[in-house]
Amino acid sequence: MFDTLKSKIYQGKQYIKNIECAQMREQFRGLPILKDKNCDNCAKCQNICPTGALNINPLTIDMGKCTFCGACKNICTKNAINFSNFYKLSTTDSKNLVIDERMTKELFEKTAIETKKEITSVFSKSLKLRQVSAGGCNGCEMELNACSNVNFDMGRFGIDFVASPRHADGIVITGPVTKNMAYALEDCYKAVPNPKMVILCGACAISGGIFQNSTEIDREFLKKYPIDLYIPGCPVHPLTFINGVLGYIKEKKTH
Amino acid sequence: MIKNWHIAKNNERLSLNDLPVLDIKDLRKETIEFCKNGLRPAGFFGKDEGDGVVKLFIILADDKGVLGKKGVFYVSSAIFWAHIRLYDSFTSEIPAFHMFEREFFEEFKIEPLGHPWLKPLRKNQDRYEFFEMEGDEIHHVLVGPIHAGVIEPGHFRFMCNGETVYHLEIMLGYQHRGVEDLMVKNPTNQLAESICGDSVIANNIAYSSLMESIKGISVSNKAQLIRKLALEMERAAIHIGDLGAIAGDIAYLMGASVFGATRTLVINTMLEFSGSRFGRGLITLGGVNFEIDEEKIERARKTFDKVEKDVCRMVKTMLKNSSVASRLEKTGTISKERAEEIGLVGMAARASGVNLDSRFDFADKWMDELNIEPVKIKGTGDVNARFKLRYREILQSFTIIRKIFDKLKEYAHEPINCGYEALSKENAKNAFVISIIEGWRGEVIHIAMTDRCGKLLKYKIKDPSFNNWYALALAVRNNGVSDFPLCNKSFNLSYCGCDL
Repeated sequence: MFDTLKSKIYQGKQYIKNIECAQMREQFRGLPILKDKNCDNCAKCQNICPTGALNINPLTIDMGKCTFCGACKNICTKNAINFSNFYKLSTTDSKNLVIDERMTKELFEKTAIETKKEITSVFSKSLKLRQVSAGGCNGCEMELNACSNVNFDMGRFGIDFVASPRHADGIVITGPVTKNMAYALEDCYKAVPNPKMVILCGACAISGGIFQNSTEIDREFLKKYPIDLYIPGCPVHPLTFINGVLGYIKEKKTH
Repeated sequence: MIKNWHIAKNNERLSLNDLPVLDIKDLRKETIEFCKNGLRPAGFFGKDEGDGVVKLFIILADDKGVLGKKGVFYVSSAIFWAHIRLYDSFTSEIPAFHMFEREFFEEFKIEPLGHPWLKPLRKNQDRYEFFEMEGDEIHHVLVGPIHAGVIEPGHFRFMCNGETVYHLEIMLGYQHRGVEDLMVKNPTNQLAESICGDSVIANNIAYSSLMESIKGISVSNKAQLIRKLALEMERAAIHIGDLGAIAGDIAYLMGASVFGATRTLVINTMLEFSGSRFGRGLITLGGVNFEIDEEKIERARKTFDKVEKDVCRMVKTMLKNSSVASRLEKTGTISKERAEEIGLVGMAARASGVNLDSRFDFADKWMDELNIEPVKIKGTGDVNARFKLRYREILQSFTIIRKIFDKLKEYAHEPINCGYEALSKENAKNAFVISIIEGWRGEVIHIAMTDRCGKLLKYKIKDPSFNNWYALALAVRNNGVSDFPLCNKSFNLSYCGCDL
C-alpha cells in the first residue's frame, strides 16, 4: 500500500493538459502538403502507392485510402509531396479527405468538420461509444485503447468506450469489414438506441485501405447507413481521434 | 531417411524443383518419426496444382540440432491426385499438427482420417461443434464475436459448473481478410505491416528478408541493426503494455496506469525514429527508410533508462503485493509436457519451460557479435510465469537496444537502403524461401514460392497465435470464469494473425 502510494507520487500527473493544441513530434506523418507545380508527372509515386490513394495531374492524395507510409514522399525527387505533423485530420464529409495543392492546415481545420446543432446540443458533454473491430489489425484498436490511458485521458471530456451497444450513442468501426463480421456489425448498429452516430476509424474502415481488393470483405453496411465522421490514419493517432470527436460534438468557438 | 528431405536455412533460397516429393504414407511415417525425435512442425500447407491436384508441403524445424544441424528446416512434400481425398491424420500421433490439419482440410477438403477435432478454422458458422458436457448444473457462457473491450472479434463458449470453467471452445475466423491471396497478387511492405498490427516490425522483417532472398538483394549492416533495434523496441513496448493490461485485469489500477504511461514513452520514441508509433513505414525492401542519428540515439538512451527504471520499480511494487500474487500464481497453468505436446511456441512456451526462441535457435551473426544471452526463468507455466518472463524480456530487450546503439557507430557511413531500384528487381524463378523471426509473441514464419517466370505462386504466413490459441483453451480449464481475462491477456494472442 505504502509503496503503491509512493509510486503515485513519483509518477505525478502525466495527462496532456491542452489536448486541442498538443504538440506532435515533427516526424509524425499527418496532413499531406502537396506542391503540384513541382510535380513533373513521372508517376513513380502513383505506382508505389500501395492503396491507390495518390493521383497525379493534378496531384491529389485521398486520406481515406492513404496509409501514411510515406513511400510517395521518399520516392519523389522533386519535393512535390510532404507530410506535415498536423494531426487533426477528421472530417464529416468524405469529399474533404481528398487533399490537393490548395489545402493548408488552417483551411482544413476550418472547413473539415461541420457541426450540427442536434449533435452538439445533446452530446457535447457525454458521448458513449461502442467500438466494433471488423477486420481491424489491432493497430487502430491499440490506439483507441490508448485514448483512455493516463496520457490522453479521453474520459475527462465525457467520451468513453462502453461494453454494450445498448449503452452507446454510436459505433466506431475499425477494419475493412470482413464478410465474417458483416452481420455482427449490423446487429451491433441496430442495438444502439436512436439517435446514433457512425464513426469510421482508419484507412481500412473508410475505404478498405490496403485490403480494398480483397474478396473476403463486404462493405454493404457502410453504403446502407449514414456516416457521421471519418478519421483517417493507419493507425489513427489518439490525438487525431480525440480531436476529431471533440470537434464534432463541441460547438465551434467563434473567434 | 534424411535424403527424402531438403535442408533449408533461414532465408535461404531453394529451388522449388529440388524439393523431394514422397508418397503421403512415407511422408507421414517419416514426419512422425522426426517429430518423435524432437523436431516440430513449422509449416504444413497445400498448394493448388490445378485439375484437383494438391501438393502438400511439410516443414519441420530443428531448433536444437537433434539431427545434426542447429537452426534448420527440413522440407518435403507429397502429391494428392484428384481422386485421393483422404489420408491418415498426423494429429492422431503428433497433436502439434492439430491446427495445421484443420487449416489444410478447410482449404482443400482433403480429410485427415482420425483427426480428433476436425472442424473449420476460419469459416463463419452459425452452428458449430463444441466439447459438450451434460448435467443439471452445467451452464454455457457465450461471448462474442464482439467483446466488451476495444479488441478484435472472436467467439468463446465457456462450459461452466458454478464458477469453474471446464472447457473453453474458441471459434475464430471473423478477422479473415484474405491476406495470403492479396500477398500473391500484390505483395507490399504495407500489407505485411497490416497482417497483425501489434507485430508490425516482426511481420515486416519476415516479409522483407524473404523477398530480399527471392530478389537477391543484400542489406547493409546498418539497416540490419536498425531492424533489430525496432524489433526489440516492439517487444519491449508490447510487453510493457501487456503488463499494464494484466494489472488492469486484476484491478490493480496503479499498475495499469503506470505501465500504460511507460509504454507511451517507448512508442513515442518509435514515432521519432519512423514517424509512426508502431514503426510503420520504417522497414522497406533493401533496408530501412529512416536514418537514426546520434542526437536521436542520445535522447532514446535517456528515455529508455527512465523506462527501465520505472518498469523495475512498478513490477517490484506490484509483486510485493500479496493480493496480486494470489491472482497471478497458479492461474492458467500449462505444464511443460502439455506445451510440448500441443506445440506451443514463443513467449508462452518459454514461460512453460520449453526453451524455444528463434532469435537464438536460428541465430544470425548479430546475436554472437552483440553477445546476448537468452533469458532463463523457472517455467511454471502460469500467469505469474508469463508475467515475470515478460518483465525479464523487457530488461533483455533494453540491453540489446543499448548494445545496438553502441554498434551502430561502427557502421555510421553505411547506406540505410539500396534505393527504390530494389523494388523493381526481378524475382528469382522457381524459388522457395522460408523466413523466421522471433516477434514478441513468438516465431513469425513467412514462406513464399515463385513459378518459372518468377511470379509468386503461394505466400504462407504462420503467426505464433496459430499454435497458441488452443493453449488458451487448455489454460482456463479448472479456473474461475473471472480469471479468463487474466489468462487471455497473459497470452495476448492475435485474432487477425490467426485468421489472416
